[in-house]
Amino acid sequence: MATVRYKFTFPTDLIQEPIIWKLGREFELVTNIRRANVVEDSGWVILELDGERDEIEKGVSWVTTRGVRVDPVPGDVLDG
Amino acid sequence: MTQTQKMTGFATALRCKECSREAPLEARNVCDFCFGPLEVQYDYDAIKGRMTRESIQKGPLSMWRYADLLPADGANPVDLSAGFTPLIKADRLAKKLGLNELYLKNDCVNPTHSFKDRVVSVAMTVARDYGFDTVACASTGNLAGAVAAHAARAGLKGYVFIPSDLELGKIVGAAIYGPTLVSVKGSYDEVNRLCSEVADRYEWAFVNINVRPYYSEGSKTLGYEVAEQLGWRTPDHAIVPVASGSMFTKIWKGYNEFHDLGLISEPKTHMHVAQGLGSSPIVTAYESGMMDIRPVRPNTIAKSLAIGNPADGFYALKTIEETGGSAHAVPDGVIVESMQLLAETEGIFAETAGGVTIGVLSQLVAEGTIKPDDVTVAYITGSGLKTQEPVEGIVNPISIEPSFNAFVDALEARGGI
Repeated sequence: MATVRYKFTFPTDLIQEPIIWKLGREFELVTNIRRANVVEDSGWVILELDGERDEIEKGVSWVTTRGVRVDPVPGDVLDG
Repeated sequence: MTQTQKMTGFATALRCKECSREAPLEARNVCDFCFGPLEVQYDYDAIKGRMTRESIQKGPLSMWRYADLLPADGANPVDLSAGFTPLIKADRLAKKLGLNELYLKNDCVNPTHSFKDRVVSVAMTVARDYGFDTVACASTGNLAGAVAAHAARAGLKGYVFIPSDLELGKIVGAAIYGPTLVSVKGSYDEVNRLCSEVADRYEWAFVNINVRPYYSEGSKTLGYEVAEQLGWRTPDHAIVPVASGSMFTKIWKGYNEFHDLGLISEPKTHMHVAQGLGSSPIVTAYESGMMDIRPVRPNTIAKSLAIGNPADGFYALKTIEETGGSAHAVPDGVIVESMQLLAETEGIFAETAGGVTIGVLSQLVAEGTIKPDDVTVAYITGSGLKTQEPVEGIVNPISIEPSFNAFVDALEARGGI
């Protein structure tokens, strides 16, 4: 089992979709939201994912293909 | 002083910038409760009793003259003598722009030619003293060189992660120090996520991940030095090239710490963010009047500023708001022109980030935000020698046969001497 932390950023067209609920239903993952901000045309959620590492990778890949941007919680770490 | 105090100087704890919960001084970067970023806290009362202008001036000619305000063992730092770089009065550039008191903080002259030596010197000292034997970073240039050099100096193992499509020339300045280079096949986002996972799973000091609260404090010295070198005052305007936003906020923190310690009067500096147009999420948020940063995929020649999801973007916006500053972006063409302008007027060959700074400075003067008599400091944070490609087009020599007549003819063809 592993625990990872990510920041999901949602574009306007996904604001009304229950992506995180689906992530927990379709993959063996426990989602735990710690901080979030949703405005009229976008939103971000900082959350923890618990599950097998393979399942986490599959889940992250799935949300990415749906159009969610997935970043490390501290922001970009690839620096100049 | 106990051993722990010696290792961490006057730092007392880590505090969450979001929920204010405190955590002990250890290698961690986010709050366990809300995952907000952590920042080092200090015992300022204890520092106040011993840090004076005189004590600072008796210190080493490096960033470690401000050791009391850094979260590390100032008596035995991992040090290549970073910092205390020149603050140059730039009269020729000032005249071109219509200013009377312009200064350039020239951080090109650091040991590995960028301001990253400051942050890495602190991070590496902490990493060594906290018992890490391996340090790491993910970088496309400046940070890689600084980490590799300081790791060599400290005798620590170094890992440097780079994107696989990075030109090798950009990493030679790190490879020479002998770190393990890891070339990652994948997108910018995938490299970010991988490095974050590596940092979670290995007991390494990843300088801008798990030791980031300490690392970022090194940038405060850019604030202290300017205040000291200006004669114990802060400028009316500071123009700072911004990637993650960390350095920008820490320069402001540095000015304020000096004021809190009674070393200078209250800073009234307007802090201005400078970004390349192809990677300017902070400028976009500022212009739209929002405090919410929308991540972007960077596309700018200012590679050292190419951070699409800036960790401290929100705090940079808060600093702008607090100081009556601003945020501006300049396109690639202006960056190159500004690099040339800086080089031709002041003899400083800055990297593209320096072009961004000077380009934004020009904008601020042109729009009247900076007045001719305002004391202005432009931060030049890295040398152009490492990445010359953006300005290769300026090379246009007179090509002649090896004879004096050929030389004279060629000069005449160009209109004479």
